[in-house]
Amino acid sequence: MGPLRTYFHKLGSPRWFFDLARPWGIGFAVVGVSLLVVGWVWGLAFAPEDYQQGNSFRIIYVHVPSAHLAQALYVAMGVAGVTALVWRVKLADMFIAVVAPVGLAMAGMALATGAIWGRPTWGAWWVWDARTTSMLVLFFLLVGLVALRQAIPSERQAGRAAAVLAIVGTVNVPIIKYSVEWWLTLHQPASFSFSSAPAMPPSMWMPLVVNVIGLYSFAGALIVAGLRNEILHRERDAQWVRERLAAGGARP
Amino acid sequence: MKTMNRQRRARLAATALLLVGAAATVALTLAALNENVNAFHPPASIVGGEAPVNTSIRAGGMVAEGSVQRDATGLAVSFVVTDHQGADYPVRYHGILPDLFREGQGVLVTGELTAAGVFEAREVLARHDENYMPPELADMAVHQGAAPR
Repeated sequence: MGPLRTYFHKLGSPRWFFDLARPWGIGFAVVGVSLLVVGWVWGLAFAPEDYQQGNSFRIIYVHVPSAHLAQALYVAMGVAGVTALVWRVKLADMFIAVVAPVGLAMAGMALATGAIWGRPTWGAWWVWDARTTSMLVLFFLLVGLVALRQAIPSERQAGRAAAVLAIVGTVNVPIIKYSVEWWLTLHQPASFSFSSAPAMPPSMWMPLVVNVIGLYSFAGALIVAGLRNEILHRERDAQWVRERLAAGGARP
Repeated sequence: MKTMNRQRRARLAATALLLVGAAATVALTLAALNENVNAFHPPASIVGGEAPVNTSIRAGGMVAEGSVQRDATGLAVSFVVTDHQGADYPVRYHGILPDLFREGQGVLVTGELTAAGVFEAREVLARHDENYMPPELADMAVHQGAAPR
């Protein structure tokens, strides 16, 4: 096995992940917090206002990153669900347990900022169109993922149920993405695509890119910290955790 | 790479079946709902008689340039909604319009279509498009004749 392959194998084992992921977590935290601070100041204070919406368009710098991240995290949980069910990788199950509340927060933030933007722009806090409704479904799926673990006492069974829900729920993600193209919606179509130029000037989309990368990194830091915590909790009876704690701390 | 053992293969097949089943269920449901998933009737459907009359419905389109007429004394307002492709219908409304209500911009109206083809709106929502730009750029676009949509 090559060194890279060994590294990935170690990443899959809770004990090795605990030590290997620590620098990743620190890196994500530093990058995430720096980019978010830069992105927010840039987006809220320096980006030009929109010719139609004025300053209220600036909520895009929170709305788009959180909505994007909520969907990406759900897909990641779907992949983890397959890994957990088929290969019985413990870390994949822990990943779903840790990511679900983060995704829930992101989906909640996307819905809340959307409502706050919708009131002055559309004239309504909420409208039942395909985009908003499918996003609400994502929110409820995430609520379900979090609640399932609380409701089922057996860790193993809770893990299986969560994995199934994570896999089934991924069907909703392409529906959210394409809802604005497949149906008539009040929500506008995407301003960004791989095939055409952005529907806004660089002075507006550059801070958005910074915010998207920043929020992804920040979530990465949260997830790494959550996973390390989950590993310690689940392996609390394992020899290596006991030895670490006896030696005065869980740090490597 | 080692070949996958039989148990894992069976689990992978079951998982794939789960995903395919869920996707098929959702696809069939959405196909059955068909047009009901749309948030509004487009102008062609209002003009073409596909939209029901005297029932609460939602309709959308663009506010035609120069069509907005406000009542001098009250809150009554009327305007024409168009798809710029030949289909347009008049809308009557009584109330306060959203800030982003503008001629040439998208709009979504809730109310009833009368037999005479006039849409009596109870609620008017503005629809924003995907284009964002600073005011200076928008002015330039207007001056160069390429008005922002």
